[in-house]
Amino acid sequence: MLSTKNHKLNIILGQLYGLWLREFKVFLRERSRLVASSFTPLLWLFVIGSGLGSTNLHIGTDYQKFIFPGIVCMSVIFTSVFFGSYIIWDRKFDFLKSVMVSPSSRTTVFVGKTLGGMTTSLFQVAIILVIGVFLGINYNALSLLQIISIVLILSFALTSLGLTFGSYIESLEGFQLIVSFVVFPLFFLSGALFPIDDLPAWLKFITLVDPATYSVDALRNSILNLGTYSFEQDLEILLIFTLILTLIGIFSFRRMKAV
Amino acid sequence: MIIVKNLVKKYGDFCALKGLNFEVKENEIFGLLGPNGAGKTTLIHILATLLKPTEGGAIVNGYDILHNATKVRESIGVVFQAPSSDDMLTGYENLKVHALLYGIPRNLRENRILEVLSLTGLNERKNDQVKKYSGGMRRRLEIARGLLHHPKVFFLDEPTLGLDPQSRETMWRYIKKIVKEEKVTIILTTHYMEEADMLCDRIAFISNGKIIALDSPSKLKQEIGGDIVKIKFINKIPANIDFNYFDFVHRVEQKENSVIIYMDKVNSNLHKLIKDLDDVQSIEYNKPSLNDVFLKFSGDSLSGDSPEGGFMQRYAQYKKS
Repeated sequence: MLSTKNHKLNIILGQLYGLWLREFKVFLRERSRLVASSFTPLLWLFVIGSGLGSTNLHIGTDYQKFIFPGIVCMSVIFTSVFFGSYIIWDRKFDFLKSVMVSPSSRTTVFVGKTLGGMTTSLFQVAIILVIGVFLGINYNALSLLQIISIVLILSFALTSLGLTFGSYIESLEGFQLIVSFVVFPLFFLSGALFPIDDLPAWLKFITLVDPATYSVDALRNSILNLGTYSFEQDLEILLIFTLILTLIGIFSFRRMKAV
Repeated sequence: MIIVKNLVKKYGDFCALKGLNFEVKENEIFGLLGPNGAGKTTLIHILATLLKPTEGGAIVNGYDILHNATKVRESIGVVFQAPSSDDMLTGYENLKVHALLYGIPRNLRENRILEVLSLTGLNERKNDQVKKYSGGMRRRLEIARGLLHHPKVFFLDEPTLGLDPQSRETMWRYIKKIVKEEKVTIILTTHYMEEADMLCDRIAFISNGKIIALDSPSKLKQEIGGDIVKIKFINKIPANIDFNYFDFVHRVEQKENSVIIYMDKVNSNLHKLIKDLDDVQSIEYNKPSLNDVFLKFSGDSLSGDSPEGGFMQRYAQYKKS
């Protein structure tokens, strides 16, 4: 009994590895994707960071450094949610059909796809972290571990969100349109660009239901030692959001049409 | 190997499959022949558990397609109408990904990938990205992929659609080779008569979601009355010969100074037929084609409808929508 269970687990792990391997190979061969999607976060970091940084703000640190965690999250938000559009491509090119006809369960396919999104985000973030060094950001082993964990969790949550949209929307144009209504609020309302301590009540409330808020806050805790909540609180709430988004994603994938 | 019972598929008001019943035997090549839009692909999708039937059901390799979908998927390999490999990956990588999806154990994986690559003649190009493959090579890669996990049943949906005549013949050669070497039951859809005739042990004609005839190609052609031999005499038909005397002759028609004989196995029987004939002017011999059969059953020709598109057409459609 135990050995058949192990056998099944081995097969599922193999399937996940296969699905991830495919995403990773494609990612490696489309390096332009990486360069292009690094551009926007860096633009924000340098233009908004330096521009607003030159004015007098009472935030306890240099503005560019202050938004650095927010920019890390921004790149995760954009990369992860838009990663959901690849499921639409897979469907257009019939690759999805060939996966659906294999014995892998929908849940496995979903998680495999999510792993791909997490990998992409991680590479993206690595670039920004390196640039951070030149802006005077210091990391230690603990903070790097914390950053990577938060990035992976947030990416898992938001790739799930992207895939949820991708499983319902049939055209890429539709996806872009709907997702931009989601991505920008997620980013702007996360407190990536401003402190969330003294916000008006209505705005404060909206930031509370944005999972990105807790990632930004967590990263600010570990990178700058500034934070509205504690790192542990941020992590807990982020995990709850992630669980909910994952369950919705899996549910959507299971009821998605195969052809 | 496959039992299909009263299979109905409706899309809204449109009835794509109108109650199909048939069985496919082990190790045969079973052809689904019919014009585009007849319901062939829908049927394949249902048998491959990608679509749910509206009514009825089917058993594939002993497993119910509705209640045991995973087992069915483990038993089948599918080559879809449009190539579905990732063209950013190499042929080898595509196969590796699918070997993992099918849970082929690590110690067998490598060997099996090389085996199907050489079976489909792709060994030398295995490390090229699929986007550099020709149409025929892509199809062969799909076949290689479908065979990786030693499926019991192999579905081929229009395997030669859009290929040039030469690639098509190559494809036929590979399909025959597979049957010999892999011992699989093959379900093949096509709207090319000569393809079905050449490859299939039995053929089901599908038209408008119904099976209108099902038998071996030769039996189907016999429905027409066998091979057709027309003998023209110099003067008039000799009165002393009764062609009906031969047991391989089905039917004889006489016209002026020629006779039209519907008979079995012309190759081995013709000499008996003409042994005692004098003053023959000419002998004409026609094999009835499957198209004649299809015409007889449906009153409709197979040709005329253009093949549905490959990637560019689909891309164009997608841009429109």
